[in-house]
Amino acid sequence: MADSRALRRAAAIVGAAETARVDVQPDRSELSLHSEAALAALADAGLTPADVDGLATAGPRPSQIAEYLGIVPRWVDGTSIGGCSFLAHVGHAAAAIASGYASVVLITHGESGRSRVGVERRVPSPATPWGQFEMPYGVFGPPTMFALPVVRHMARFGSTEEQFAAVAVATRRWAQLNPKATMHDPLTVEDVLASRLVAWPLHLLNCCLVTDAGGALVVVAGDRARDFPRPPVWLLGRGEAVAHQNVSQMRDLAVSEAYRVAGEEAFRMAGVGPADIDHAMLYDAFTHTPVYMLEALGFVRSGEGGPFFAEMRTAPGGELPINTNGGGLSYTHTGMYGMFAILESVAQLRGDAGARQVEGVELSLAHGAGGMFAAGATLILTNQG
Amino acid sequence: MAERLAPQLTSARLPPQATPESAEFWAGLRRHELRIQRCRACGRHYFYPRPFCPQCWSTDVEWDTASGRATLESYVVSYRPAPGFEDRVPYVIAVVTLAEGPRMMSNVVGVGLDAATPAERIAELLPADLPLEVLFEGAGTLADGEPLVLPLFRPSSAESSATNGG
Repeated sequence: MADSRALRRAAAIVGAAETARVDVQPDRSELSLHSEAALAALADAGLTPADVDGLATAGPRPSQIAEYLGIVPRWVDGTSIGGCSFLAHVGHAAAAIASGYASVVLITHGESGRSRVGVERRVPSPATPWGQFEMPYGVFGPPTMFALPVVRHMARFGSTEEQFAAVAVATRRWAQLNPKATMHDPLTVEDVLASRLVAWPLHLLNCCLVTDAGGALVVVAGDRARDFPRPPVWLLGRGEAVAHQNVSQMRDLAVSEAYRVAGEEAFRMAGVGPADIDHAMLYDAFTHTPVYMLEALGFVRSGEGGPFFAEMRTAPGGELPINTNGGGLSYTHTGMYGMFAILESVAQLRGDAGARQVEGVELSLAHGAGGMFAAGATLILTNQG
Repeated sequence: MAERLAPQLTSARLPPQATPESAEFWAGLRRHELRIQRCRACGRHYFYPRPFCPQCWSTDVEWDTASGRATLESYVVSYRPAPGFEDRVPYVIAVVTLAEGPRMMSNVVGVGLDAATPAERIAELLPADLPLEVLFEGAGTLADGEPLVLPLFRPSSAESSATNGG
């Protein structure tokens, strides 16, 4: 039986780019955010769309992106499991490349999450489990659903509103080192708790931004990685999981099973453990999501995530730099933020991160969330060939 | 940036639409019965309705009427109303654990929470594991035109008595 460990370094990211702006762009359609990032990522790799024979995307259908770019890829992946889809795509691309299904895989993201320009409207059906068993109770967007488990985390582990607020504070400190970040103003725990209530225990500043931006990656075989102009970033481990669709069906509201399963597989494949990781991107849709991830991925024990952030151990100067671009909370969050988590891991591993560069990063972990604790996907990346 | 959360652009709230598998759940609510399913093979209850047990995958399943007793598993207090909920802000969206075991989403009502309640008081009014009991509230019509009744929850009478007695 095949073992995923045979795919360590089988694939590498040789092109990576995002749109020039990542804040609010009402003058741009969603598809043009995809194409700007895609063309820039290909240029970063010294390639053009003519070189692409594999395509993965989420949001718009892959056929829509192929049409827009004018390409006919022979391998396609439209896995759409929410914001972590692009992390899953990288893992799938590695398998596709190793099996010969594709040689140059382009992964694109673009989302007019804030301005909603050129966005396909999707109306949820009232006959789905969600339409029948959640919608009637007044759920309204991610704050009401993604935050539903938090009270159980607080009850089980004693985590506090102040600890969750500290996640936003630590992340803002990174954003202040990133000129491209949307938010730069100083932020305190008191500011977060004084911001208006959205869905208690969430205040406004516990919630991510909503922006318009795109990003893209080019993935090729690991043994070709040095043939491209930029410093290569190899895929060492990947994992993914889906646990439920509707948050009311989450089996243990204090622990994310999807994040745990994805992380365990990524570490097993990579042959490393949490203590080996130099830098991490933990998808911060809300201040509680990195806390659940830190625990589910085994960086700390369950219940220790809140104090870890509150002690500023993830902030600039801390022992485990997390969300160094400023995160979904302060950098950008289009809706499916996972692409930007990968891009920051790549930037750190390439030494491209400017004032926020973490010294000596050799292993970076990116973990994405999909839906309302529904899905998770993990990548462990390295610049060591 | 003044406003950080984008407006939701989905259409106005649609009434739920029963499927053949869930019709008995919705019909039961009209009789003020909370109907859930039980697996004859493993003996466990489950929710939401489906034609097999999601825990042991047996298809030997039956309908049962839940006691209506539950505990508060987790919740948010929503200050941004969904369409149709404008006059109810703030309202409690909860996951409750039924006495029989399954979890379901609902609203918890009758806890003395209003727009003037300071955030610091919320956890006192709604402690985790609070005992609850079901109440049945008419909420318009289902997509097929039948009356829509929803199972909501309030602090259980025993709990209220204990509080009043204290």
